[in-house]
Amino acid sequence: MDTTGTIFLPPGQSTISGEVDALFNFILFASILLFLLVVILSGYFVFRYRRRTVPGTTYGKDHNVKLEIAWTVIPTILIIIVFIWGFRTFLKMRVVPKDAIEIKVTGQKWFWSFDYPEGVNTVNELVVPVDKPVKLLMSSKDVIHSFFVPNFRIKMDVLPNRYSITWFEATSAGEYNLFCTEFCGTGHSEMIGRVKVVSEKEYGEWLEATAIPAEGISPVEYGARLYQSKACITCHSVDGSLNTGPTFYKKFGEQEMMADGSSVKVDENYLRESILNPNARVVAGYAPVMPTYQGILKDREIDALIAFIKSLKEDTTANDE
Amino acid sequence: MNELPTKSYLNDPKGLKSWLLTLDHKRIGLLYLFSIMAAFALGGIFAMLIRLELLSPGKDFMEADTYNQLFTLHGAIMIFLFIIPSIPAILGNFALPLMIGAKDVAFPRLNLASWYIYILGSAFAVYSMVAGAADTGWTFYTPYSTETTTSVISMTLGAFILGFSSIFTGLNFIVTIHKLRSPGMSWFKMPLFVWGLYATAIIQVLATPVLGITLLLLIIERVAGIGIFDPAMGGDPVLYQHFFWFYSHPAVYIMILPGMGIISELISVFSNKKIFGYKAIAFSSLGIAFVSFLVWGHHMFVSGQSELAAMIFSFLTFFVGIPSGIKVFNWVTTMYRGSISLKTPMLYALSFLFLFTIGGLTGIFLGALSVDVHLHDTYFIVAHFHYVMMGGTVMAFLGGVHYWWPKIWGRMYSELWARISVALIFVGFNVTFFSQFILGSQGMPRRYYNYLDQYQPLHAFSTYGSWILGLGFVIMAVYLVHSLFKGRVAGSNPWGALTFEWTTASPPPHENFATIPETTHGPYDFDKIVPKRTLTED
Ligand code: HEC
Ligand SMILES: [Cu+2]
Ligand SMILES: [Cu+2]
Repeated sequence: MDTTGTIFLPPGQSTISGEVDALFNFILFASILLFLLVVILSGYFVFRYRRRTVPGTTYGKDHNVKLEIAWTVIPTILIIIVFIWGFRTFLKMRVVPKDAIEIKVTGQKWFWSFDYPEGVNTVNELVVPVDKPVKLLMSSKDVIHSFFVPNFRIKMDVLPNRYSITWFEATSAGEYNLFCTEFCGTGHSEMIGRVKVVSEKEYGEWLEATAIPAEGISPVEYGARLYQSKACITCHSVDGSLNTGPTFYKKFGEQEMMADGSSVKVDENYLRESILNPNARVVAGYAPVMPTYQGILKDREIDALIAFIKSLKEDTTANDE
Repeated sequence: MNELPTKSYLNDPKGLKSWLLTLDHKRIGLLYLFSIMAAFALGGIFAMLIRLELLSPGKDFMEADTYNQLFTLHGAIMIFLFIIPSIPAILGNFALPLMIGAKDVAFPRLNLASWYIYILGSAFAVYSMVAGAADTGWTFYTPYSTETTTSVISMTLGAFILGFSSIFTGLNFIVTIHKLRSPGMSWFKMPLFVWGLYATAIIQVLATPVLGITLLLLIIERVAGIGIFDPAMGGDPVLYQHFFWFYSHPAVYIMILPGMGIISELISVFSNKKIFGYKAIAFSSLGIAFVSFLVWGHHMFVSGQSELAAMIFSFLTFFVGIPSGIKVFNWVTTMYRGSISLKTPMLYALSFLFLFTIGGLTGIFLGALSVDVHLHDTYFIVAHFHYVMMGGTVMAFLGGVHYWWPKIWGRMYSELWARISVALIFVGFNVTFFSQFILGSQGMPRRYYNYLDQYQPLHAFSTYGSWILGLGFVIMAVYLVHSLFKGRVAGSNPWGALTFEWTTASPPPHENFATIPETTHGPYDFDKIVPKRTLTED
């Protein structure tokens, strides 16, 4: 949360940047000490024991148990501290707060696009409210990209055919750079976006102004339409009633028994797999009759369907992912 | 005044054919020397071009695609054609049998075969340059590498073939070290360079096949369209990354371990001092070799691997750092109460200590999970591995070249010019790469053709450094070649070292020793023995 920055680090503007920077600075400090130890000692020895005449025999002691224990144990303690410290912050980076706004991020040669729950879609500009956690559900349309905002100290690879998730909470309004950090071809270095952090009020106004009513329907509404137009409705109910396939009602986030006896948590990746490759894992008690939608549904449509299935849970239970 | 021996491995027998079909480990070492130096020069020229393009943002003189090909070539050549074979194949080949008092390596024919395989692999790599060079980065990440239209296949095939050369050399060295040590040379009387080569050879033999398989799978996917890594065909791109790093992390130690071996020789000899902690250094090489197989996941902390995997890999990564730290402390302590001569090889050893310590310490930043998320795939990484690979391995390699040069040719290079060159290289290196630590932690991503204006001053600074560095290498090339003709005759033991290679003539005869030497003392017993020097100090 330190916003000043140092010669090494750009100003940190997210809730976790303070922790990352503290560890960075701790390692920096310890490294400088160790480095000086090595350099000053070597420099001193070179100066003090430099060769003046043709040497005869020299001092022959070649071990010293106390010294050797010291230079093994002290660094070991240091790195254990660093390891635990780094891991704890890393876990925070990975656990998304419950009340986060969810934005879909799509990486593609060579731009970023963002889909908001309100149906707004932007390219290369991610607008978010300050002091609110934002969850990014990311996937790529082609090769691997990586989503990196230096000021927030977050980075996550964006993969084709799979969702990756990261989140952040910006602590001060402003504009920040968004880089692609996984090499993706000719325009890799042009794949730069901006993250605009605004006040909650401005965010609401921006959403309203940007959402174009006609085509700008929300992913959930879009998904609801697809549910009918792509015939999911013929096999899946949304009210819990039984049909050829399992109901979507209260499905998301549940634990589900599979025909082979394993159990699966219904999350975005599982839903996607079920739609594109339904027979990979068949739900217990059902016949493997669902058609594959590979090549029929576009990524955005799958995203919308998933959003729709997720929404069928929200009315009744609290969001607890 | 000394004279060169009339008959040596260099002139007996004579003729091109006798060189191309030689089974002499020393000559094979020289064949490697010339071919690997050619690769180094090529990779170096590419590096200079990359830095020149990055002098200012936007286009300076090449297109983005050309730039992408250049950094791929620079990386692939430097890793596969230069740094992996450099120390084992050149200096190991030349010095290993001499150091253990053997006539040759265990399998001389296999040794020659490995050089031809190296040439074949390099030919594929060179062919790929003319046939639309690959633009994937030396890591060949899928699915980009399956989709790009550039010549990925010939480049990967090249790396695949080069792998065999590396395996053969490793195999040869393992058997040589086990079987051909001179009478009385127990394991703990072996010079530490031999220990370094031994640990390296184990990794070469065990890890390289995995790279071969990975690259082969990649080729199969591209040629036959069988989905292995490409998600569009039902494959898994992250699987590729696991495979790739399973080799390429241990490969880092293929590069550094023999370098550490050289440093042990240099520091002891030029301090005229018994090495401190011989066993600690020897065992830490083996320890590093072992743990290095279990840390590959630290290249993938932001790839979406599970938190548990990230935790384990982070933990093990730190543990591979400890043995390296122990070595550094041992080297420093070795200098205590020695008689330290600042001849060129020692200047390289001291540069190594300085630069490798920075390289190692910055590795701690990258092993720490939360900090790595910020630094991954930025210039911080670029700086870190250049400090380890160039500041570490290349400095050790150059130190070794300067150390064994009089043994190889029987003549000395100009000490003055060598010192000027090492000073330029040291300064140029730090100017070029230290600035990249700052660039990276400020957020500058790697493999960027273009960059934001805010990064320009440091990029320019880094480019100026590359010019200093380049000048240092040009000077080195000149004085080394000059020494072959005009250099002062060195005699058998110019540095006053105690290992076997310095007991025979410089250059050594074809069969290495007139009679097989017997081990009567340790390799670093400067506390008991005063070596005979063939050159006076100046
Ligand atoms: C012909 C009937 C049929 C149609 C049409 C159909 N499904 Fe299915 N679906 C099934 C059956 C049967 C299963 C359970 C067996 C299995 O897992 O393959 C299933 C399973 C699923 C699952 C996994 C559910 C769970 O409980 O784990 C999802 C998600 C799903 N379908 C989504 C869709 C979507 C989205 C569509 C429309 C685009 C669709 N299905 C169209 C029959 C169908
Ligand atoms: Cu990119
Ligand atoms: Cu590694």
